[in-house]
Parts: sequence; C-alpha cells; structure tokens
Amino acid sequence: MKHRLQFAGKKLLRMALLLLGVSLVAFLLMSLSPLDPLQTNMGQAALGSMSEEQIQRLEEYWGVNEPLPQRYLGWLSDALRLDFGTSLLYRQPVMEVIGQRLASSLGLMVTAWVLSGVLGVTLGLLAGATRGRLPDRLIRGYCLVISSTPAFWLALLLLMIFSVWLGWLPIGLAVPIGMEASQVTWQDLLSHAILPAVTLSITGVANIALHTREKVVDVLDSDYVLFARARGESGRAILLRHGLRNILLPAITLQFTSISEIIGGSVLVEQVFSYPGLGQAAVTAGLGSDLPLLLGITVVTAAIVFLGSLSADLLYGAVDPRIRRGVARHS
Amino acid sequence: MEPILDVEGLSISFRQYDRGAHQRTLPVIHDLSLSIAPGQVVAVVGSSGSGKSLLAHALLDILPANSAREGVIRYRGEPLTPARTAALRGTEIVLVPQGVTYLDPLMKVGPQICKGRREGRVREACRAVLARYGLPPDTEERYPFELSGGMARRVLISTAVMESPRLVIADEPTPGLDARAAGRILGHFRELADGGAGVLLITHDLELALTIADRVAVLYAGETVEEAAAADFTTPGGLRHPYTRALWAALPQNGFRPIPGSQPAPGEIPTGCRFAPRCPRCRGDCQETHPAYRSFRGGMVRCDFPGEVME
Amino acid sequence: MSRWNQRKRTLALLGCAALLLCAVTVAGLLFQPLAMETDFANKQLAPGPGHWFGTDWMGRDMLARTLTGLSLSIRIGLLTAVVSALLSVLLGVTAALGRRADAVISWCIDLFLGIPHILLVMLISLAFGRGFVGVVAGVSLSHWPSLARVIRGEVLQLRQTTYVRAAERLGVPRGRIIRRHMLPHLLPQFLTGLILQFPHAILHEASVTFLGFGLSPEQPAIGVILSESMRYLTTGKWWLALFPGLSLVLVVLLFAALGEGVRRLLHPASAHQ
Repeated sequence: MKHRLQFAGKKLLRMALLLLGVSLVAFLLMSLSPLDPLQTNMGQAALGSMSEEQIQRLEEYWGVNEPLPQRYLGWLSDALRLDFGTSLLYRQPVMEVIGQRLASSLGLMVTAWVLSGVLGVTLGLLAGATRGRLPDRLIRGYCLVISSTPAFWLALLLLMIFSVWLGWLPIGLAVPIGMEASQVTWQDLLSHAILPAVTLSITGVANIALHTREKVVDVLDSDYVLFARARGESGRAILLRHGLRNILLPAITLQFTSISEIIGGSVLVEQVFSYPGLGQAAVTAGLGSDLPLLLGITVVTAAIVFLGSLSADLLYGAVDPRIRRGVARHS
Repeated sequence: MEPILDVEGLSISFRQYDRGAHQRTLPVIHDLSLSIAPGQVVAVVGSSGSGKSLLAHALLDILPANSAREGVIRYRGEPLTPARTAALRGTEIVLVPQGVTYLDPLMKVGPQICKGRREGRVREACRAVLARYGLPPDTEERYPFELSGGMARRVLISTAVMESPRLVIADEPTPGLDARAAGRILGHFRELADGGAGVLLITHDLELALTIADRVAVLYAGETVEEAAAADFTTPGGLRHPYTRALWAALPQNGFRPIPGSQPAPGEIPTGCRFAPRCPRCRGDCQETHPAYRSFRGGMVRCDFPGEVME
Repeated sequence: MSRWNQRKRTLALLGCAALLLCAVTVAGLLFQPLAMETDFANKQLAPGPGHWFGTDWMGRDMLARTLTGLSLSIRIGLLTAVVSALLSVLLGVTAALGRRADAVISWCIDLFLGIPHILLVMLISLAFGRGFVGVVAGVSLSHWPSLARVIRGEVLQLRQTTYVRAAERLGVPRGRIIRRHMLPHLLPQFLTGLILQFPHAILHEASVTFLGFGLSPEQPAIGVILSESMRYLTTGKWWLALFPGLSLVLVVLLFAALGEGVRRLLHPASAHQ
C-alpha cells in the first residue's frame, strides 16, 4: 500500500509540474502572437476614431503593455488560488465561463467516451478474432475511412442529412432559440445533443477498434494461446478466457488516452453545431485574443487529460497482478 | 504391440517472401518417420533449427496458417485427420510445452490447470496432481510470474496429467534447469510411460534424453537420419549414422569433441546427403544422391555407407 | 500462388496512389486561376454538366476550387510532415543518447501530448500570427511527440544490442556508430512514420483552417471552402460541403494507403503473409 501511495504521489507531483509547463508554454505562445488584440476586436476603423486616452484604457484592459514575466507571474499567483482572471470577451470570471461551458460539454464528451470505448473494444475484438476474413476487412475499412475523415466534415454531413434533409433533429445550439431557460425540457436538450455526441462517438471508435484489434492479434499469436489450442480449447473459449483478460490492460490505457482526442474532437464538432460548450469557447477566445480564457481552457483541459492518464496508471496497478502482487511481495 | 503413434514421411514447409515480391516455399521438415509404442519414451534429438518444435505442432495440428503438411500420421492405427486431432488433443494427446510463456500471464495457475472447469471433482483432481508433483497447495492461487523455473515445468506437466493421456508430447521440457531439476522433470515423463502412455520427448540434449529414452531418433536438417535403441549409444560402434556418432563423441563423458561446421539452414539444403559437407566419411556419390531411410542392424538409418567405424 | 501475390498487389497499389496524388497536385496548380474567377450570372448552380461540383455564391467553379484546395493541402501536408518527422528524429535520437536530454525531452513529449492536439495547433498558429506561416508552424511543431517517442524507444533498444555495445567498447566514435549501426535500422521506422504523418498533417491543416486559425479566407483551401459552405447549408446547397469534403477524405485515404503499403513492405514479419 505504501508503495502505491508513493507511486501516486510521484505521479501527482509530475502532473503538477507538467501543468505548470503547459500554462507557461500556452502563455508564451499567446503572448508571442503578433496579432494585436485591440485591432482584432475593435477593428482598425474604430481604433482610428478613438482618443489617445480611450486607446490607453483599452490597452490596459487587454494587458498589452505589461512586461511578460510580470504578467505571467501575476497570472500564476492568482491561478494557484484558482482565480484564472476575467474573460475579456465574456466579461465574466474565467472559472465561471469554463464551469458553464464544461457543464454543457461534459454530457457530450462522457457519452462519446463511453460509447466509443465500448463499441471500439467490441469491434476490435471481433476484427482480431476474424483476422483476414470478411468482418475484419469491413471493420478495418470502416476504421480507415473514419480516421481519414475530418471530424468537422462528418458533423457537416450528419447535419445535412438529419437536420436539413430529413428534418429529424434541430440544426444547432444546445436549446431552441429564444426559449427561456425554465421552459427548456430535457427532450430539447437531448435532441440538440444527439448529433454532436454521435459524431464524436463515430470518430472515437476507429482508433480504439484498430488498437484493440492489434492487441487481440498479438494475444492470439502468443505462446499461451498456442498452448490453449493444443489443449483443445475452442476458438470462442480462447477469446473469452484469454483474449478478454489480456486486452483489458491495454484497453484501459487506450480508453484514458482517448480523452485528449475526444476533447480535441469536441472543439470541431461544437463549432459546426454551434453547441455552446468548452470547445466553442476555446475557438471564440482564440479568434478574439481572449488570453485569460484561452489560457484557462488550455490548463483545465490539460488537467483533465493528465488526470485521465493518472487514473489509467492507478487502475493498471490495481488490475495487473504483476504490479499488484509484485509490489506486495517487496514490501 | 500396435504403436500409439506412427509417423511416415512427414514434411512441413512454409510459404514466405525472400526478396521484394518474390515468394518461395521453404521446406523445414522433410521425410520424417518415427513410431512410438505404449509404455515407450522415444526421444527426438536435434540441435536448434532442425525443426523439432514444428514436429510437435504438426502432430497437434496447430501449425501456422502459411505452412503446409504432407505425409501420414497414424494414431492407434487410424490416420490422424484434422477432425480427429481436434477431438483428441488436450484429452488423449497432450502437449507439455517449453516454459512459462505458455501459461496465460494474467490467469491464476489453478484455473489454467482445470481449463476453467469449476466442478469440485476437477478441483480435487487438480490439487491431487499438484501434490503428486510436490507443488505446495497455494500454487493454485499463484500467477505464472510467481513460479520458479522448476515449478513452472511441473505445473505444465500437471496440465497434461489432469487428463489421462495416451500420448504425451514433451517439447524441450528442461532448458534453463540445473541437471538435478532436469533429471527430476524427466523422471516424471518416465513415470507416465511406465503407466502405459507413449511419450515423445523432443530435445536438443542427447545426454539427458538417454537417461529415460527407450529409443532415440536423430534429426538433422529436418530429416531423421537415425533411429536407434538407447542401448546402442553405449559404444560408438553400435551407432549407424556418422552424425549420430559425432553427437556421441561430443558428449562430455566421450571426449567432448565437437564437429566442425553447422547445420544448413532451410533453403540452403544441399542436393545430395544433407550431412555430406560435414561428414568425415563423405565420398563422391554422397554429394549427388540423397540417401533413402532404411532398416539397418535393428534400427533405421539414412546413409549409404552406414556403420563404418571412425578412427 | 497466383502471379499477383500480396507484395505485388501492394506495390501496384502504391504506384497508383502516388500517381493519383501527383495528378491532383498538378491539376490544382493548373486550375488555380479558374478557382478564383467569379461569375455572378452562374452563382449557386447545382452540380451538372459544365460545373460537375456546382458553383458557389460568387459563381466560382467548385471543382476548380476543390482541386486547388486539395493541391494546397497536399503541399502543406508534405512540408509539415517532413519538418515534423525530421524534428522527431532529431529529438528522439538526442533523447536516447543522453540521460539529461532524455529527461527534458520526455517531459516535453508528455507536456505536448497533454494539450488536446487541435488546441495546441491553434495556440502555435496564433503565436505565428495565423495564416500560412501559422498553420505550417502549428502542424509541424505539434506532430513530433509520438514519432519522437517511437524513435527514442528504438534507439534505446539498439543501444542494448551486442553489436552496438561491442562497437562502443572498441572505441568507435559515437558519430560513426550512429551513422553505421543505428541509422540503417531507424530508416524504415522513419519512412513509415513520415508517410503516416501525411494524413494527420492534412487533416489538422484543414481542421485548423476551418476553425479560422489557418489559411486566410481568400485562399481556396478545403477548410475555407467548408467553413463558407456552413452559411448555405440550411438553404439546401449540399454540394458546397459534400464534394470538397469527400475529395479530401479520398486524398487522405490515398496517403493512408501509401503509408500502410510502405509499412507492410518494410516490416520484416510480413514475409510470412
């Protein structure tokens, strides 16, 4: 147990350091940008008609003139107290904006995460077990096509088919336009979330299925499966008894590393469906040079990704007898 | 007595690419014959690369997909068809593989020995078998990585003994063990044969094989070159093929003299006698004509000038 | 076996894919003037003879725009894939050779992999002021971590081999060991890694441009075309999104097939298939 705690502690420390690195890198990249936030948001004409004083006030608001190290350290000391500053575009605390946006994105992401994981592993198992035959070819073909398809185009395609052509589902947004928050029913929410969630799931399946298939093929080529065959175990029994057990560990890793891809995909998909989630906020913040918001979103998503890989590591230790018992033996 | 296993003219070849898009067929085992009677231990001895393990896989019909098999295999007088093999393997015909990698690394030993059956009867049988081989009862609850080399071999034998096998195929069951542990493991195979089963012991270690084998078949470059009684190995004069004699001379107690050269790789097999390039008795014809496998002095030999005494 | 065994089929497929991609690149360059030519008399035409892919809101021919966009995508893809593959090798090899460098580079790899990819490309593109430079920098500076990790692992493994250790003991200079004993083994990994980067690079370029962080709206890039098509989707102008997107998928598929073919030919275990 002591070893496990030490292990988790070390990982947490590394994670904190990585997050610090992420914030520094993101901060530097954004500050290096030659794009002038005033011009981006006010337009050249508006700036021209303003007085010196007004411009100075604006420059102060957008934080243009402060030296870099000072700005970063200022941001960092606030961030350590979980105050990520104020969004320049939304004029709200960054944490509030992220909280609202994350709340509406989370449903999409979790659905896609679970669906793509379950479907991906199932399809991967099926493909690996029927290696070289028709089901394998079909599944591999599907994965190849999907991984060659940009997520946003798939979203456009589904939008064209199901919303414009068939008219089954709404065109975009998370709630019907112009409706009071109190009037929105869960059916409304659901019908607006179906297409984005489906798009994200379809894209996520390909990677997981392909990697699972590789693992299944490795397992089926192993000495212990050869021995199981020599002992007269049937193909199905081998797959269920040895296959599932031995792809469980790689599947855990895959499932948790896919978090990053799901978040990335949600940026594109939310943009197409005008879904007011975290991804769309990131795009808006990026295009509008809203440094505090974009920085906040980058740090929060990176924290989610790192927490994912930390969970994978910890789960691994709990599931793999070689780690579980190996450690127990040492202590 | 009717042999349990009778292999006649077994050949195994692989299809593969050599350079670019050119495909070729690679013969690995050629014209291999041997037979095993109940209660007998027959050792197949050959150095690594002679295709020994493939023999085991061919008998169990678990060769890879890009291989082809020819020849006749009879089990208790009837040809061993794929359907018959599928019905017999794991029950009447069992394999004892080389080492711990043949156990599922993530499954406890007990369920692996029981093949997943959970009935009380099977569990009891499993415990009895473990006890028979001197394994502590908690072995059932261990994972393969928690077994020592010797324990792993005994667990592998236990998997075979859980059934009542008539034919045991042991594929290199001793490497990595010290002489005493290896001797004990081989002793277990002798016991199985004494109980009436036929044992096929595949190994590279002639010395160890002679401690329990009744007869020895020697493999060279994918062919059987000699089949002799274990007793023939007491003096070099009892042996028939120059390669067997060279193996004998290489044993520690007989002078430890290795023969120069190495076995030809599959695909570089000479047209005549396969041993000719290394044979001290080689003469003109040996390079051209491939000798037939024939009876000689109560054994079998693949040499046109068998039994000549070496200086 | 028939004369057309798997390797011959793979080679033939490779040739066809490469040829098609070259043709698209050249065609795009030739059609560039046509892609910008407006014709307000013929705007928003559905696909038909004369305009196979239809026309857009300024009457520009969508086939010409699509081809030009694909050509642009392929060229940017080549550029970014080569830059990022070279970067991967440089960082992967450096990481494998020194302990301190390894710590730093491995940390950077983890850091880069921690930020969702599209967000990272957006950030880098912003730092370079968006546009062509931004998207090229964004895609090429964000793709190296996974290949660098593979190369690092490969070099670490090579360093453990007997022949490299023997050469080290014999006092062979480090540069010579790398050149003579390591690079030949790394080449296949590098080549497949490089070609497998193309599809990713192209997809990310299109995505980032689509979001508005890449090529400028005046350029007929696929991302721009698809982003424009969004405005006309609800009015049923399906061809604006369907054909350009479909063509992009086909191009990426061709690159993926190319990469898979090369991998299969270079992978030693494929001798048995």
